[in-house]
Order: sequence, then C-alpha cells, then structure tokens
Amino acid sequence: MSAQSPAMTGPTTMVEVERRQVGMPTPLLGMLLFIASEVMFFGGLFAAYFNSRAAHQGVWGPPEGAAPLEILPIALPITIILISSSFTMQFAVWAIRRGDQRALKRWIGVTLALGVLFLLGQLYDYSQLGFGIGDGIFGTTFYTLTGFHGAHVFGGAVGLTILLARSVQGQFSARNHIAVEAISMYWHFVDVVWIALFTTLYFLR
Amino acid sequence: MATTTLTPQAAVYRRSWILEWLTTVDHKKIGIMYIANSFFFFFLAGILALVMRSELAVPGLQFLDDRTYNEAFTMHGTIMIFLFVVPVLAGFANYIVPLQLGAPDMAFPRINALSFWLLPVGGLMIMSGYLFGGAAAEGWTGYTPLSSAYSPGPGTDLWLIGLILVGTASILGSVNFIATIFKMRAPGMTLFRMPIFVWTVLVTMTLILLATPVLTAGLIALFIDRNYGGSFFEPSAGGNPILWQHIFWFFGHPEVYIVILPAMGVVSEVLPVFSRKPLFGYRAFVFATVGIGLLSFSVWAHHMFTTGVVFLPFFSFMTALIAVPTGVKMFNWIATLFRGSISLTTPMLFALGFISMFLIGGISGVMLAEPPIDFHLQDTYFVVAHLHYVFFGGSVMGVFAALYYWFPKMFGRRLNETLGKTHFWLMLIGFNLAFFPMHMLGIQGMPRRVADYSPDAGWTLLNIISTVGAFTIAISILPLMLNVVATFINGERVGDDPWEGNTLEWATSSPPPPYNFDTLPPIRSERPVFDLRHKHDREQLAPALTAESEASS
Repeated sequence: MSAQSPAMTGPTTMVEVERRQVGMPTPLLGMLLFIASEVMFFGGLFAAYFNSRAAHQGVWGPPEGAAPLEILPIALPITIILISSSFTMQFAVWAIRRGDQRALKRWIGVTLALGVLFLLGQLYDYSQLGFGIGDGIFGTTFYTLTGFHGAHVFGGAVGLTILLARSVQGQFSARNHIAVEAISMYWHFVDVVWIALFTTLYFLR
Repeated sequence: MATTTLTPQAAVYRRSWILEWLTTVDHKKIGIMYIANSFFFFFLAGILALVMRSELAVPGLQFLDDRTYNEAFTMHGTIMIFLFVVPVLAGFANYIVPLQLGAPDMAFPRINALSFWLLPVGGLMIMSGYLFGGAAAEGWTGYTPLSSAYSPGPGTDLWLIGLILVGTASILGSVNFIATIFKMRAPGMTLFRMPIFVWTVLVTMTLILLATPVLTAGLIALFIDRNYGGSFFEPSAGGNPILWQHIFWFFGHPEVYIVILPAMGVVSEVLPVFSRKPLFGYRAFVFATVGIGLLSFSVWAHHMFTTGVVFLPFFSFMTALIAVPTGVKMFNWIATLFRGSISLTTPMLFALGFISMFLIGGISGVMLAEPPIDFHLQDTYFVVAHLHYVFFGGSVMGVFAALYYWFPKMFGRRLNETLGKTHFWLMLIGFNLAFFPMHMLGIQGMPRRVADYSPDAGWTLLNIISTVGAFTIAISILPLMLNVVATFINGERVGDDPWEGNTLEWATSSPPPPYNFDTLPPIRSERPVFDLRHKHDREQLAPALTAESEASS
C-alpha cells in the first residue's frame, strides 16, 4: 500500500504539534456551509412553489378579485434597491481591505439603510396586494417565499447593525475584518435569492 | 499597548461542577452530554415501545385506546430517530472526531454547545404534547392530511416546533463538523489518512447539511397550513398532500444514511483493532461511503411507490444501485476479518452483530425496492421489521460497539466484559425474537400503526413471540446500566490505550486533557498510533524494505 512507504523515514517518536492556518479562514468556510444549507431550505420552498404551480396550469396567480401581480410601482424599485445594496456592501469590503475605516462605516450604513428600505417597501407591497396567506395556494406560496426571504433580509440587517456598531468602535482593520467578509457573503446570498424569487414570481408567467 | 505579555497567566477560579458542565464548550464534555441526553430519550422511547408491544401481545384492546396507541408509536419513532440515534452518534463524533484528527477542539466550540443545548429543549417540546391534550399521533412521518386536518390539537404544533429546533441543532452541528474536518486536522493528516470514522462522519454531516433544511421548509409549510390558513397540503384550496411526502422523504431517505453511516464508521474502527489487521480496502471504503451519500438523494420516492405519482423504474433502479457500495463495505469488513487474529471483546461482538443484522435489513430493503413486492408489503409489519433491522440491528448495534470501545477513552476505565457480553447476547436474542416474526406478520398482511388485530387472523403466536423479544431487549439493558454504575464506582483502570488502537485518540491520556494533545505521533498513514507502536519493527525492516523497493523499481 502506497501510504505505508513514507512511514519508513522521518521521526518515529511523539513530536510537538505546529499548527498553521492555510487556505480559506475557518469562519468563512462556516458561513459558506451555512449558506449551502440555506440554499437547500429555499430549494424546498421553491420546489413547493413549482409543484403547486404545475398542478394549476393556466390558472396560476392571485385569487379572483385581487389585482394581478405587477412589477410597478413597488416590486421593481425595491429590487433595484436590494441589488444596489449588494454593490454598497462590496464597497464596504473593499474599503476595509484597504484599511479605510471611514469608508467602511459609510458603506455599511448605506447598505443597512437600503436593506431597511427594501423591507419597508415589501411591507407596503403586502398591504396593497389585496390577498392574504390564507387565500388559496398562490397566496400561501407567495407569502411564504417572500416572507422567508424578508426574514433573511431582516437577519442580514441585524448582522449589518452589529457590523456598524463594531466598526464605529474601530474593531476592524485591513488584516482583521473576517466578520465583514462573512456578513457580506450572506448579504450577497440573500440578494441572489431575491433575484430568483423576483424572476419566478413576476416574469415566469 | 507597548508592552504585552505573550502568555498572560489566566486567573485561577473555581466553579462548581454543575456550572462547569452547563457552560462548557469543550467538545469532550459536550460529547458526553450528547450521549447522556440521547440515552435519556432512548429509555423514554423504549418504554413507549414496551407499551405498544404489551398492547399487541394478544388481540383486543387491553391497556390503550386507539388515540394513545397512535401517540405511542408516533413519539416512539420520532424520539428514537431524532433524539436518540442521530444525536448519540453525533455525540460520539463530537468526542472522537477532534481526537482522531489530532485537533484541540471543534472549529466553533460555542456553536457546538448551542447545537447540543437545542436538543433537550426540542425533545422536551416534542414530548410536552402529552401535557397539552395529547401528543402528536400521525406517525413519525407526519403524513398530511393526518397531520393537518385530522390533528387539531396543539400536540402536532409542538411536534413541529420541536423538530425544527432539533433540525436546526443538526444543521449547526453539520457546519461545525465539516469545518472541523477540513480546517483542524493535525499536520500530516491528509484526507486519505483520516480514520474511516471521520470519513463517515464527513459524509453524514454533508447529508445533514443538505437534507435537513428541506425538512425544515416542509415543517414550516405544515405549520403555516395549520396555524395561518395556508394551503400547501390542502387540496380543497389548491394544495397537494402528496407534496408533503416528497419533501419529507427527500429529507427522510438521506436521514437513513445519516443514522447508518457513522455506525458503519464505528464498525470499521472496531474490526481492524480486534482483528489485528488494517481495514481491507481503505480507499474502496471511502469511495463507497461517498457513493452512498450521493445516491441517497435520488431514491426518496421509493417510499411513495403506492401513491401512483412517481416514476417506478427510476426509483427502483437507483435504490437497488445503493446495494452496490453497501456490498463493497460488506466485503471490506469480511476481508478485514479474514485470517485476522480475532478477539471477541464486547465492542467486537456488537460490531459483528451490526454486520449480520444490518445484512438482513439491507436484503429486506432491496426486496422493498421492487415495486411489485412493495405494493404488497406497503404499510405492513414487513416494513417495520425492515426498518428495525436497519435502525436497531444496524445503527444501535454500532452505538453500543462505540460505547464499549470508547468508554475507556472517555473515563479511563473499561466496562466489565462479562456484563457486556451478557448485554450483547440478551440484546441480540431479544432483538431477533422481537423483529424477525414481524417479517412473517407483514407478509401475512398485518398492517402497521394499528392498535388491534383480529383473533381469527392467526397472528397471535407471532405477536406473543415479538412481545417476549421486546421485553428481552428491555432486560438486556439492565446489565448495561449495572455495568456503567459499577464501572464508575470500581471499574478496572486500563491506562491510555487498552485495546492497542490504531488512531490518534489513543495517543493521548484517558480521559484526554483540555485541548487534547501536547505531542502527536508522526502521521504517515491512516494508523499513526500503530506505526508508533511498531516503530522498532519498522526501523529494523526499513533498510531491507528500502533495498527491496529500489530493486523492484
């Protein structure tokens, strides 16, 4: 067996352990794995959506009496807001990689504001739709998918608030800002989910 | 900040041992808490099994009514799977994986503590249905509409919330394990030098990471249906009850491998040590494990053949295909035993019990994968027999092999062999008495999940045998409990490496100190401790072998 031949050389007693961290930092790997599980979570909800949709060929959409879904005046603007927030988040990451703490604070603040704006827009949209979660299978899937996406945006906003507080205290530097990288990964993921959701709900007719 | 001490002296402070255990982030203490918590739920669910077997011993309703019987099998299944087999194996993994990798702890120790503490909370929430007008009663699979329109009480809601918590614990744990395995290995510990147990845990945790969130989505959808007027699974409002089965089994079939793979890993650690041989075909075993993991996502609908909405040939073929990597492992194990110097210690007996009992469960699984047979046997006791040969004959045998094998590592004392062997033989005999007759009952058409049967059906004798078997299993637990208590009081102290093990957990003290290792053996194969023990042989052999390899090359 090939694994045995190197055993013939080198030390044969217990040795001191010298540990080195190589490759991706452990917290980032943890965040990536967590995002993988989130992909499967939304995968389950999307599967439920498409399963229900496939059973209602031609009659899919908001229940009778409610207006059909339109991308204006709300859905498209909040989509643009959320996608922009991904860019501002990335500006924050690039800023702290340069060690620019002022720009970090500014861009995290902007990202947080855009995220909150998205949530407020979504709540306003809910109030205008004219149907609820209990109004048939479309209402159920619509509110579950957008609601859980919104909950994830809210979770991201909490993370951003913590980042903002920590950056105000000057806890991040060019060498030490793993939390910023991790939260930005999560924020981009939430953005991608919304792009999939927006396309599915508003364009896939 | 001009002068900082590089190694500041930590203030010495004393804590009571209760506070120490409640707040610990040490993977070894958390692992032991996982195991203890799991056995608590094991005993609860075991009592429920005895209640059911008592009811089924003879025709007629003696002790229970239909409702309480339904609650009993629902809670038995849910607790055994989600709060015993999965977490107890996660507990052993928690204790052993960082040690086998030569790591000081898990990658995220505090998340590790969180994943543990969610378990008792979720478990008690599931059980608390009994306090609020009746526990969930639709079976551990929670099929809609049994779990929606026909289960109005809060029991099912508590079941859902509890399962979401337990699932979240699993997901956090899987992130932690995968990060640990990829980032915390000692220098020299390449992926293909990792112990087989670590490989099986890696694949298991990947399955948990990708399958459990889908169940969470389904549980939340059901919760929305039940509480917020949703209609995911409600046909009158456009929903589809079969959707639940798809979601549940998309998780549920990987779940079967989540509970069996780590047990296979335990067996693959125990067999080489007590055969005094390396595991036969290490790489084949690794690839078989990965293959099972991949295939497990493409077989879920074999649980749904009789719904009439799934493509039978595909799911039947893919299911039969899983027998191939599983068969590879069987040959790995048998070839490891072949011409080995076998010592029949208690862990070895349980490992051999695993191989033989799991073989029966595997064969009945291939039978059920054939649609014509499945149509006949769906929802009969044959399925109950099959799943117990896999879960009990497989996973639980592996759990006990792990317990007897690693107990000396955890506590420095070896469990008594005589009591251990008594436990094994009683359990093996009781297990086969309890579950083998169920094959026959199933073929004769006895339906599962029904509290009563006709005295004219001719099923009474087999049911009596099965009940006797169930109580024999319960009696087999007594020598185990006696053994654990007696060993804690006055067990044999056996040093750091009583079994002459191969892997790194035996290269530290028993029990290991905080952060596990000061020094490690050089890691140049998957058996570093074996290499270290036989270094003198190797030094003598080295010149000859080097000359030989040079001559041949």
